[in-house]
Amino acid sequence: MTVSFQIFFTLFVQMMKSKADEEDYWNSSKFKAFTFDDEDDEFSTLKESKRTVNSIRCLVEEDDDKEEVEKVSWNGEPVSSKTLLWLLKQMFSIVVSLEKFRSLQDKLLLLDSCVAAHDGNVITAVLIYLKRTLSKEVLFRELEPRQTALSHLIHYLTETRDQRLLLELYTCLTCFCFQLLQYKEHLSIADENKRRDFLKSCLSLPFSPEDSSHVQDHYTLMERQVIIETTDRRAERGEKVERALILNMPLITTLSYCCLYHYSESEGTFSSPLNIRQTFKISEKQFFVTALGARAKLKAWSDVDALFTSRNWLGFTRKKSPLGFQRVVDILQKNSAPTQVLQDYVALVDDAELRITLAQKHKCHDIVINTYRDLKDRQQLLGYRGKVERGSGEERKIDELLNNLQIRWKN
Amino acid sequence: MAAHLSYGRVNLNILREVARKDLREFLDKCAGSKAIVWDEYLTGPFGLIAQYSLLKEHEVEKMFTLKSGRVPPADVKNIIFFVRPRLELMDIIAENVFSEDKLQSSRDFHILFVPRRSVLCEQRLKEQGVLASFINIDEYILDLIPYDGDLLSMEYESAFRECYLENDQTSLYHTAKGLINLQALYGTIPQIYGKGECARHVANMMLRMKREFAGSQNQILPVFDTLLLLDRNVDLLTPLATQLTYEGLIDEIYGITNGYVKLPPEKFAQKKQGEASKDLPTEPKKLQLNSAEELYAEIRDKNFNAVGAALSKKAKIISAAFEGRHNAKTVGEIKQFVSQLPHMQAARSSLANHTSIAELIKDITTSEAFFDNLTVEQEFMTGVETDKVNPYIEDCIAQKDPLIKILRLVCMQSVCNNGLKQKVFDYYKREILQTYGYEHILTLNNLEKASLLKPQTSSRNNYPTIRKTLKLWLEDANEQNPNDISYVYSGYAPLSVRLTQVLARPGWRSIEEVLKMLPGPHFEERQQLPAGLHKKRQQGENRTTLVFFLGGVTYAEIAALRFLSQMEDSGMEYIIATTKLLNGTTWIKSLMDRPESQIS
Repeated sequence: MTVSFQIFFTLFVQMMKSKADEEDYWNSSKFKAFTFDDEDDEFSTLKESKRTVNSIRCLVEEDDDKEEVEKVSWNGEPVSSKTLLWLLKQMFSIVVSLEKFRSLQDKLLLLDSCVAAHDGNVITAVLIYLKRTLSKEVLFRELEPRQTALSHLIHYLTETRDQRLLLELYTCLTCFCFQLLQYKEHLSIADENKRRDFLKSCLSLPFSPEDSSHVQDHYTLMERQVIIETTDRRAERGEKVERALILNMPLITTLSYCCLYHYSESEGTFSSPLNIRQTFKISEKQFFVTALGARAKLKAWSDVDALFTSRNWLGFTRKKSPLGFQRVVDILQKNSAPTQVLQDYVALVDDAELRITLAQKHKCHDIVINTYRDLKDRQQLLGYRGKVERGSGEERKIDELLNNLQIRWKN
Repeated sequence: MAAHLSYGRVNLNILREVARKDLREFLDKCAGSKAIVWDEYLTGPFGLIAQYSLLKEHEVEKMFTLKSGRVPPADVKNIIFFVRPRLELMDIIAENVFSEDKLQSSRDFHILFVPRRSVLCEQRLKEQGVLASFINIDEYILDLIPYDGDLLSMEYESAFRECYLENDQTSLYHTAKGLINLQALYGTIPQIYGKGECARHVANMMLRMKREFAGSQNQILPVFDTLLLLDRNVDLLTPLATQLTYEGLIDEIYGITNGYVKLPPEKFAQKKQGEASKDLPTEPKKLQLNSAEELYAEIRDKNFNAVGAALSKKAKIISAAFEGRHNAKTVGEIKQFVSQLPHMQAARSSLANHTSIAELIKDITTSEAFFDNLTVEQEFMTGVETDKVNPYIEDCIAQKDPLIKILRLVCMQSVCNNGLKQKVFDYYKREILQTYGYEHILTLNNLEKASLLKPQTSSRNNYPTIRKTLKLWLEDANEQNPNDISYVYSGYAPLSVRLTQVLARPGWRSIEEVLKMLPGPHFEERQQLPAGLHKKRQQGENRTTLVFFLGGVTYAEIAALRFLSQMEDSGMEYIIATTKLLNGTTWIKSLMDRPESQIS
């Protein structure tokens, strides 16, 4: 403790010397509650500080003499050191010389004390000093276990755009915390080729295993996007087709693009949807939704149909879907699918009530009729007759059913 | 005098007056005519302290927005920059100084840093070679800004992020300082309670600062009986849920900034009788929202489903008041009616505004999307299937709904499950990165660091126990005539407010076990009052508690605390303070990296 007191005392003296009119300073409105000349205070800790400060005052006129300083009696009470710590904080509003802190031990002690004071400004000021007066190796080594100070330094280097030093710092750190900050810098690179190369350089940073795979995927995607872009733009020349750019788009957006323009390609190409699905391990549901949306957009109804059909070794099986058929109908309808197409999928909705609602919404009359027939609900069927076109085939069908004596209606 | 600040038990006008005085002093320091160059971000908070008229009194003749290039010409002696201590702004200032044509004008430069100076910034100015050009460089410590008679905010947007992501406790230091200043005006607060790491730090700093400054004793009779410091991370769930009070919904949908809201103008177009309808205004309609508006004060904290009835009732009262003109027969009566007219007209205009706002909100709350979202939120809050991938969330991702909506939901699931099963966590993460872009790994990382979205570490989920013990979910909450704070979320009682409620009665001893399940220490401290200052409580007089939310608070929580204050037998009145007024969306946004690049 004694060493640190020496430090703070000498610092205090320095400050007192450099401020011309300290009387005004201490008595200014900012420090309302703290007066040196208060005789009748009841707080023993303040008495201590007051005595100390008064002893120092007499030193101000004399030279900065370490012997004099040590003469002051001190019981090392923590509260008082923190008083000086506070004074230290205030001192930074005046230009002060940190040069007194020469040895590594002094510097680290100063840093730790400032971190304990929680004032970001002060911590940063000390770090700027340490950055200037310590070698990189020593600085990085000492900061690694000091998370708060480390965060502040990174913030400072980021704000001042000291990329080189940041990268060196990240490479030295053994914990996983800061590599992502380096990765983040890719957002400020506009050119796609440069960005791709930057991502590649990030791969060697010591990420955590999960983060590492994501960064890898990002690089792979970026690489692929550049290739596809270049090839497509080249092919487009002469076509005058405006295609959406996929650079820097998310993976699923890229997949959607490929489902639009490269759907039938074999699995071996970069732009084949199946290849993308496999490389990036896209879930079945996501792939399905994306392909469905893309093909529906192009009104390629047979492709849509093919998505549902799964082959087994016997031949074709019943349509199955990782997505509820209600959702399917929704997506198709948004892309203006004709009623005949919608009908096929509405018919596959399991729940009868839901099926009827959807069928009515999309005017799939046959399904409504058939479902009411299956439910043997005469009343509803009768009611629905008013909703179909006069003289239409649907109307005739309803009449036929209503007149069918073999059906055992429930109402 | 700001009328809306004097309504509460504690006269927050005093605070505002002190802030105005400090501002005046600085302006007078830069003697002579002046122009202020504003950091845009500050105009809002400053607007709560001083209007242009005050500035004019101190010879402020022009005001400009800080931007690169040259400060516009103005025949003033002083140019004062009002800025936050941000490096990017220093570069702009330097440019302004350099572009100053020394031959044409000889204006003096000054800087006022709000809320504090920064070595970093002054260093930058020095590097740019302009530091010496400034005559006065000062800091204007705008800590707690009074928003309403019972509400104070520091508007420190990055406090939560700094504390929980960046290990930077500067915001806590300023909170402590703000509380010390508050005590200088309103008396030492004898009892301090707290829950959370940050709360502990703030209390420690307060006690230390008090010891160091204890010179002249604070002779002011204490206004506050208790201070309660709460970490935001003690209750991560509440801000994630969609607020269901009138004010809460306005904030969720349109955003309330510095007591103002900007609304789509179409519904507010003036329709004058007899005239053809003019072109619809294109500028958003800006409305001020505080308790000075009688109707707003009545309905702001109600559950939205009770607002319609309140507006109807008001409409009848106002109609009846206007009909009163038929009853005014004598000159005296007519005179009285006419004198009431401005008040009645203001009330009618207020009613029209809020009816329009309520209609706008109703369009959203009656939509299928809103209903589906709320259903899932309530499922999570009641512990239904929080351990599986939620199909609604999956669908929303597949439809590429706004990212923040997705994040709020997955974070909620994670918080209610005390972390997601590894498989579920990995699945959501992958789906989000694949659909919205890999760069969002930064945001997901931040959310994990803040414990909002994380994998399960232990198999024990304490949330159901906490929910049952503290009665956080009340089925069939009465929205019209509530008897419990759970009305603010139509069934869910905000954990933070429930803790506050229990502290008052029966006290935290009764929930020791539950408190231990929540992060951070809980503690009690006492501050010595000078002899003779101990409050003698009158019969039936309420105690006053200052509840300080470290990391942010929502309007729904504020409504819940006001409800507690109004409850007949509570014996307690609450004043609310916070580092920032927020909602789930602004909160998550503050944890995202480079939000402008996150196009959802």
